[in-house]
Amino acid sequence: MTSNTSNSGAQTSSVWKARWALFRKSAAANWALFAENPVGLIGLGIIMFFFLLVIMHPILLNTVWDPNIYNPINGFDPQSPVNPSPPSLRHLLGTAPQGQDILSQLMFSARNEFILAVLAAVVTVTIATTLGAVAAYYGGIVDNIIMRVVDLVIMVPALSILIVISGLFELSIVQLAIVIGIISAFSASTVVIKSQALSIKVKPYIEAARVAGGGDFHIIFRHLLPNLMPIALLYMMFAVTGAIFSEAVLAFLGLLEVDMSWGIMLNTTRTLGYMLDFNTKWYLIFPAGLSITLLSSAFYLVGRALDEIVNPRLRQR
Amino acid sequence: MWSYIGKRVFQMLITLVLFQIATYILIDLQPGDVTDLFVGNPNITAAERQRIAADLGLDGPLYERMWNYLTNFYTGNLGVSMVQYPRPVGEILAQRLPRTLALFVYATVFSFWFGYVAGKFLAWKRGGRWEYATTIVGVTLYTIFTPLLGYILLWGFATKLDKWVRNTFGIDFDLPVSKFSSTSLWRKAPYDTNTVFNWMNLNFIILVVIVLLAFFLSRYVPRNRREFLRVASMTVPFALSLVWWIFFSGVGIYAWDLVIHLFLPILTLTLISFGGNMLLTRTSMLETLREDYIETARAKGLPEKIIRNRHAARNAILPVWTALVFSLSSTISGGIITETVFSWPGIGEILVDSVSNSDFPVAMGALTVIGVMTLVAHLIVDIGYAFLDPRIRVH
Repeated sequence: MTSNTSNSGAQTSSVWKARWALFRKSAAANWALFAENPVGLIGLGIIMFFFLLVIMHPILLNTVWDPNIYNPINGFDPQSPVNPSPPSLRHLLGTAPQGQDILSQLMFSARNEFILAVLAAVVTVTIATTLGAVAAYYGGIVDNIIMRVVDLVIMVPALSILIVISGLFELSIVQLAIVIGIISAFSASTVVIKSQALSIKVKPYIEAARVAGGGDFHIIFRHLLPNLMPIALLYMMFAVTGAIFSEAVLAFLGLLEVDMSWGIMLNTTRTLGYMLDFNTKWYLIFPAGLSITLLSSAFYLVGRALDEIVNPRLRQR
Repeated sequence: MWSYIGKRVFQMLITLVLFQIATYILIDLQPGDVTDLFVGNPNITAAERQRIAADLGLDGPLYERMWNYLTNFYTGNLGVSMVQYPRPVGEILAQRLPRTLALFVYATVFSFWFGYVAGKFLAWKRGGRWEYATTIVGVTLYTIFTPLLGYILLWGFATKLDKWVRNTFGIDFDLPVSKFSSTSLWRKAPYDTNTVFNWMNLNFIILVVIVLLAFFLSRYVPRNRREFLRVASMTVPFALSLVWWIFFSGVGIYAWDLVIHLFLPILTLTLISFGGNMLLTRTSMLETLREDYIETARAKGLPEKIIRNRHAARNAILPVWTALVFSLSSTISGGIITETVFSWPGIGEILVDSVSNSDFPVAMGALTVIGVMTLVAHLIVDIGYAFLDPRIRVH
């Protein structure tokens, strides 16, 4: 008995070892493909840059920056009583109309964007892959119901629904991320993932799993889903682009009650009427506006590069 | 074809009702109702508040209220705005619908056409610096934060270019930064803004129809006159209608006022969708150029221009047209943002406005109108696909 368990234990560990080796091998191959593409590397570089800002912010607040002056939400610098003030050595990107340091705001907001992005992407992909796999696997009425719901959501511009929802409920970043994730799950991603799942469903190993006595649940979650992951990862990137953009638009329109984000920074600029002072108040407009553009386009670029790995047809043009 | 359209319209109606039910439930999830406004008022007791709720039909169960809402909606009663109090929602939306529709249609048509033409030439002359430059421009336009683009254009055109034109040519363009029309100018106008605007749209539609007809008929005229007919169809009617608007309509100055107000919103929305269309046409065209029949056409010794325009571009348009289905809703979202940035009173602007003022009858009406607009646009795109792809037309 004991020898049996230890034997099976050794077997599992060796299986995991083999899996790990396979994973490392395919990851290395995919990375080589990804690194060939300058577009993806640029995107990754931008993401790393913003991630660095996220990490640096608490460190800076605990060491160099005085938390009372550099607090992104209610900081105030007694040495610069006239706000907004242009960039100086004390405030590298100037100060906001209420006296906060813009660089600190920018770095603090980057953290919110990453939380939003990761959460929305995970929600989207979880729902979209599950729905796609279930629809493809069962077919028939299940497929029909799921696809009709998807049709319904695709038909309606997501932003108009988000505007109404954020007007009705006071959403936090986490709640907003979940709502955006759900809406973007019921869209093109589910359709594409389903069609991918349909092509996997007819592969021999699915048949083999069924013959070996695997249940529906086992087949969907152990055999279908892992093979859908590459394409799901791709749609994760596009979901992130959408999430960052939607959050920024909602905050910009003044419909969101989060403590600080790039959209809120622009909203402040807009409501105080500095939005067209490009020559004198550029530091109120461009840091936040370009950050939104750069981060969402970075995820889009990484998505494009992943697209070429996932769809070999697109390679070498 | 007709049975297909009938089936699609039926599906659309079901989708619309489901959408309305979903939005109604969503808005119903919000705690409280309109009687909560009187909670702090000592003159209105709890019993009185209940009576008000009963009068307004707010005390019934969810399905009963929803049924009331739906029957009212389909008999043309969309409720009354709470902010602009006695004004019916239907009237507010009817006033704004032609504007949003025009903005959406113009931007979609322009961005599709220019994106298609630009992508076609880019794929043809591929490689080198051009490719990088245009890809960067395309991706930037595709992902730029829409309000930022709007404000950059506003700044560039309405302040910088305006000043430059005034200083160099002495003409005061006075490009407006917001609104649909100049109130001071329209006070003396013989018609209201929407009448003139609808006439302009009708004029535009007639021009498009003439061009399409000319292109269709040019197949049946001798080869050497084709180009002449096409160019004439694009210029002569346009010049004639311009002359009519300036000299004979009597509202030329008012029409011009609407045009300069419309210019920047349309430019913004066109640029946003242009990037995606251009990139996609390029990709699709590159794929088409590798097909065997392109090689065959080359081997036959056909001129490059004919291979590009007839063999490659006509097949490359199909994926771009399919992608239009997905980009429609993003154009509508972009329209909401553009209207808000330019304070241009359309459906999108009233949606944002009513939501921020908790004017939910208007918000629901606007949301439904946007939904209907998207549904109809999808239908038109699907029908257009059948015209573009003969393989579908047969079935």
